[in-house]
Amino acid sequence: MKIIYPLLFILIACFFLGPMFLAFVASITPASEFYDYSHIFPSRLTLEHINKLLFTLGGFRALIVSIEVALISIGISFALGIPAGYAIARYTFRGKDGVKLAMLFTRSLPLIVVAVSLVTVYMRLNLTDTALGVALAHAAMILPFVVIFTSSIFSSTFIEYEEAGMVFGLTRFGAFLRISLPLALPGLAASAIYGFIMSWNETFAASILSIQNRTLPAHILATAMASPDYFKYAMATVMAIPALIFIFIIRKYLISIWGISLK
Amino acid sequence: MTQIRVKKQFIPWLLLAPSLIYLIVFMGLPIIGTAQLAFESDEGWLGNFKMIISTKDFQNAVLNTLLLAAICIPIQLALSIFLAILVNKKFKGYQTLLYIIASPLALSDITAALISYSIFAPNGYLNRILLSINWIERPIYFFGYMFKSREMLVIIITEIWRATPLVFVMILAGLQSINKEYLEAAEVFGFNSWQRLWKITLPLLKPAILSALLIRTLFAFQLFGVVWLLAGRDITVLTGETYYWYVFMNNKNVASAYALIIAVLTFVVGWFYIRTIRSRYEEEGA
Repeated sequence: MKIIYPLLFILIACFFLGPMFLAFVASITPASEFYDYSHIFPSRLTLEHINKLLFTLGGFRALIVSIEVALISIGISFALGIPAGYAIARYTFRGKDGVKLAMLFTRSLPLIVVAVSLVTVYMRLNLTDTALGVALAHAAMILPFVVIFTSSIFSSTFIEYEEAGMVFGLTRFGAFLRISLPLALPGLAASAIYGFIMSWNETFAASILSIQNRTLPAHILATAMASPDYFKYAMATVMAIPALIFIFIIRKYLISIWGISLK
Repeated sequence: MTQIRVKKQFIPWLLLAPSLIYLIVFMGLPIIGTAQLAFESDEGWLGNFKMIISTKDFQNAVLNTLLLAAICIPIQLALSIFLAILVNKKFKGYQTLLYIIASPLALSDITAALISYSIFAPNGYLNRILLSINWIERPIYFFGYMFKSREMLVIIITEIWRATPLVFVMILAGLQSINKEYLEAAEVFGFNSWQRLWKITLPLLKPAILSALLIRTLFAFQLFGVVWLLAGRDITVLTGETYYWYVFMNNKNVASAYALIIAVLTFVVGWFYIRTIRSRYEEEGA
């Protein structure tokens, strides 16, 4: 009976990690060995495809746009979302449940349903094909998630501490700034990273809202089909590695980030 | 006194206002915009929809979306429940296994598609392995207009691989919130582990399962990158058609009509989702 756990462990790990590893190996396989069926794994490795993708095929520029978009959208959604999350956590008011449910509902709305009509608005505002334009849409996607997550973080940081601070003469805002915010910081950082991944991975709206200044996924969507196979795998590697590192950093929070939708 | 109470009622709304306004401007109004575009056509206000519904592509898109959901979701759910129960056994190394299973959560749909392509491509790993052990003589083709059902199979496998982690995490969260005392009590009354699973764990897990199911169904209408990169328009789905009509046919009205259909489907499933969550609020008396 004891042997079954290690066996299952290996089997499951291979199923979930194996494909990522194989695609990664494919992305560093020399082009000459791609159609050589005599062996499964390459005899030597090369960073040529990843280099070419980044520095001659415009991947690096798209990567910068992606980071720009992600940072702006996190900035907007946190600036707006933290006060809202705090309000839901700390105050009782009429309509609170309605607001919470509305947030849960908007979180499940895909950007697909607004992307095309945003283009027509952006044309009037000169926002088409800008990082800001994509970021504004991504912020709308991340914001409900930030509100839900921060409200749950703030309701788990101890209200008593804040009240004690207020007894000792802090204002409500001061208590928030000096007590709740530092206590909530790790959770907030985790949700910021999750927000980054959401934006980093979003393909549809980014493809519709940009033409020249494409984010990395939009760039890949537009060019992958016509690219040789080894560039496809290089794209997968460039997309996957940052996101995997980030998800590893916030691994402890994953259950609470998604478990919250049950509350 | 009344002044303070008025002020107190006012503060939370003041804090909420920026978020609510932002969502109205960037979600609410654009959906109305989508509807306006969708109903704008030379052949009357329903023109775009009449045109869409009469095409084979639309019928296929609806069928494919439903078919993919009907096949993928039950498998994802069963697999997730199994994995969650396994991880929750807390054997040595369970924490590591949890992170391994969760890792595809980091991947974008297009990344998942490209990773899957590295395995199923004509010169991908599956063919290489099968060729090297002499099971096949020529590579098996999984992609291309001729091989629609194989493309479907690859999409299903990719979706199961990519989206099971999300269901898994939600089920595990539900599992961890189950009070251990129920299970211990059942053990005292002589329930074996199989009975405990069916009579205690699964019924208590029902809310988590329901939420996960509804979230997955919502995401099923958003399925885009995997299908678009692996099968193009060989296998049409609603999102792919939206993209196609906007980017390739340059027709924002038809694209919006498709987007509106997705929005309506999302509203319907979302309404059920919110209702189950609300009924749970009421049960808990919160």
